[in-house]
Amino acid sequence: MNSNESRARGHARWERLRGSVRAGTHRASLAGGVLLAAACAEAPSTLRPASAPAHRLFVLQWWLIGIALAVMLIIGVLLLVPLRHRIRTVADAPLEEGGSTRPIAIGVVISALILIAVFIYSAVVLAADAKPDTPPKLAVKVIGHRWWWEVQYLNADSSDVHENVIGANEIHIPVGEPVRILGMSADVIHSFWVPQLQGKIDLIPGQTNVFWIRADTAGRYRGQCAEYCGLQHAHMIFWVVAQSRADFDAWLAHARAPAAAPKTPIETEGQQAFLASSCVLCHTVRGTRAGGTLGPDLTHVGSRLTIGAGTLTNTPGNLAGWIENAQSIKPGVDMPRLDLPPATLRQILAYLESLN
Amino acid sequence: MATATIETRLHRLWETPHSVYGFFASTDHKSVGKRYLVTAFVFLLAGGVEAMVMRAQLIKPANHFLSPEAYNQLFTMHGMTMIFWYASPILSGISNYFFPLWIGARDFAFPRMNMFSYWTFLMSGIVLYTGYIAGVAPDRGWFNYTPLADPLYSPGLNEKFYCIALLLLTVSTTVGAINFIVTAFKLRAPGMSIGRMPLALYGTLTASFANIFALPSLSASLAFLYLEHQFGLHFFDVAGGGRPLLWQHLFWIFAHPWVYVIVLPALSFVSMIVPTFSRRPIIGYTWNALGVVATGVLGFGVWVHHMFATGLPPMAMSFFMAGSMAVVLPSAISIFVWLVTIWHGRPVMSASMLFVLGFIFLFVIGGVDGVFTGSIPADWQVTDSYFVVSHIHYVLIGINVFPILAAFYYWLPKITGRMMSERLGKWNFWIMFIGMNIAFFPMHNLGLLGMPRRIYTYQAGLGWTATNVVISIGAYIFAFGTLLFVLNFFWSLIDGPIAGPNPWDSASLEWATPSPPPPYNFAVIPTVRSRDPLWEERLGMGKRSDVFEGPVISDEEKVTMGTTPLDGLLQQVVRFPEDSVYPFLTALAITAICYGLILGLWGLALGGALFTFFFVTGWLWYAPAPVEL
Repeated sequence: MNSNESRARGHARWERLRGSVRAGTHRASLAGGVLLAAACAEAPSTLRPASAPAHRLFVLQWWLIGIALAVMLIIGVLLLVPLRHRIRTVADAPLEEGGSTRPIAIGVVISALILIAVFIYSAVVLAADAKPDTPPKLAVKVIGHRWWWEVQYLNADSSDVHENVIGANEIHIPVGEPVRILGMSADVIHSFWVPQLQGKIDLIPGQTNVFWIRADTAGRYRGQCAEYCGLQHAHMIFWVVAQSRADFDAWLAHARAPAAAPKTPIETEGQQAFLASSCVLCHTVRGTRAGGTLGPDLTHVGSRLTIGAGTLTNTPGNLAGWIENAQSIKPGVDMPRLDLPPATLRQILAYLESLN
Repeated sequence: MATATIETRLHRLWETPHSVYGFFASTDHKSVGKRYLVTAFVFLLAGGVEAMVMRAQLIKPANHFLSPEAYNQLFTMHGMTMIFWYASPILSGISNYFFPLWIGARDFAFPRMNMFSYWTFLMSGIVLYTGYIAGVAPDRGWFNYTPLADPLYSPGLNEKFYCIALLLLTVSTTVGAINFIVTAFKLRAPGMSIGRMPLALYGTLTASFANIFALPSLSASLAFLYLEHQFGLHFFDVAGGGRPLLWQHLFWIFAHPWVYVIVLPALSFVSMIVPTFSRRPIIGYTWNALGVVATGVLGFGVWVHHMFATGLPPMAMSFFMAGSMAVVLPSAISIFVWLVTIWHGRPVMSASMLFVLGFIFLFVIGGVDGVFTGSIPADWQVTDSYFVVSHIHYVLIGINVFPILAAFYYWLPKITGRMMSERLGKWNFWIMFIGMNIAFFPMHNLGLLGMPRRIYTYQAGLGWTATNVVISIGAYIFAFGTLLFVLNFFWSLIDGPIAGPNPWDSASLEWATPSPPPPYNFAVIPTVRSRDPLWEERLGMGKRSDVFEGPVISDEEKVTMGTTPLDGLLQQVVRFPEDSVYPFLTALAITAICYGLILGLWGLALGGALFTFFFVTGWLWYAPAPVEL
């Protein structure tokens, strides 16, 4: 298979995914720069909330912004008015006396009332966001690693891993349904932040922080680690993909299935090369003997949106570059520089691309 | 009446010889103050250069100007330099120079400790920057969260430099705080009761108490972390039975009061400048004084608002949300005190006053965006984003750098004896003020748009690029404004008009001395009977204080008046020790201990400890006792 074919296939897959998630109103033109256009429409802004909790935070935020601007305006005016005297040196002004402290008291009382109001409002939002309206039917364990996200799907009672559904850097959820998240960390402190869906919650080693998310509009929402976690903190990105319940169920069933068997000769050669390489020490491909757990599970790597925890779009060219020398793309990542012979690289690439 | 001969004799008695020995042996608080100011300003410039390099990296997406290693060291060094080695020491510089002058004393209660505090400050900065030059600077952020900072994830010397350099600085700060407290309570001029103290003292005094209570928490966490790195103990790592959040609690129990340590003295400097340039006594002296003290107390009850996203129980967090709202109020008091004073006065638009007015506005911004971080749900969105980067800079530049520049334009003529250019000063202000807002206001927006802090690069197409360009440009404008100050300072040294004793016609005691003040500060220790001793005759209260006249207590031994803590009644004659090189030598020996601990050279550490013992012995050999009256 030549690289044009494979690029076309990658593009088609991207299109399929985009179609399946109904990317809201932001269906940008995809001519060429897929990532640029897509990402632009999907800026992770707290000012475009896509869930009820995020919307509550958004309204609170606007109130605080309003109060802040009003206070700035009032104090600004109070500072500017005395400037009208335009006295240039101390010699031009004799000393004054007298004056009342009453304005100080008034100012402090008004400030106190505003702060009490902010406290009450914040407490109300806090209580409203503490629990979803309906109990979550789906639970997802999110484990922060330096520098990627491991995603395991659990039953609603959080008791049992769907042992076959382990992904990375992508959390698929049914739209409009609350999803319980069990946040954990495998190494240092990370922070889970999808600005359009909810505020931050830290993932801390040795403890499990349980929270919930919901997306009220189908679409893809960018998340990023918000707690400094070392060298590649900047490249620890993930996506929440909110799909209709039917699409989600289909995705979950697919995700539960083992890896696709190689179909073409080059894919077969690629599988053999992959299994014979050091890749298997860190990566799992279910249905093969590759069972490493240090790096992301690759059973369905071909269907992922990105490579390297959001560092690159998942295109064959990018994937090839990543396999060849991840260190030049994300310096310090655990994935070593492989420098495979071109023929082997093409085979392994074809195999991984086939793992939809 | 003090005669010229007495002044000559006092001069001879108090002057430090201009020699190499004199340089290292001087204990004059004015030398200490000047050294603090120069050293801290150099750290400001260093931290500024680090910021400029970072802004070059962030000016475009996916930039390769800096490696992630270089960026991570830079932002850590920038934070540590600015927060620990600039912001607090620069305040110490002003306070060291002026504290005895404000209260009508001839020096600090412990002049040798004062110089020791400077030398350890300098040495701790040198220790930190040797790490940087050697390529093993701390790179885990200024608050250095574990387990990222634990040995497993941070092998190498970087963390040892972090722990030991900061520990040495805590020694310096603790010593300084003790000295401020004792001096403020014991060496005030006769008659200067606690209600007549210049407001500047309240900020420095409150900050000193906050230091005494907050620093042990930092020292403990630094010692724990060092023990983890050097001896494999476990405090913060889960595998060894430790708790990652322990670090956060210990660190923020220290670091939130520390925020007030580095702003309260600056606020109280403003409370000195506002009356002078409003041409009237301050309105609400008591409000202001109590507000400052209340901030210092409440500041100990808000640390958890740095940890709202760590999954603590909502009820526990709510207490700290209430505390965070409450701590705003004393600051509001200060702002209204200044506003009312300005409104009831005749404000003079000097460069210093412009910096004050600019500061008040920036303080308000740093206060209202701080409310976001105090409200638990709002904080979940803004914490660890660029919004918080904006907030911390409005607080630290707005409430530290701007008041410091106001203080420089106000007080440097007292130190150098020469005026700075008012015209250049106003340019200086406007360029810094505009640059500041261009650089930092858009960061609020960047945070709301989802940009996390501490990322060495970002992707294109997220709506962050244009804002980052604007921020970088603003940062360069701000840096240019800072250079104008440096220019103005050197111009004033060379060609500035002679200041005279009281160029601004101010009310407090430091302006009763010549500019620069003589080594003994006051030939006659003033007797103070009002808050504004140099203004009282013109304020219609008649002459009450004796500032220039009275008996000279001694021209044979270095002494000053000791008074009672609250009422300022004359109690004793305090005798000062002679100049000594022991403080410097002790600081050197302790620095040797530090390098020994960092590098694991136990011989060096032990030798340093032995010499410390010898030098302290020499230092304490002769301690003059006060004469009770």
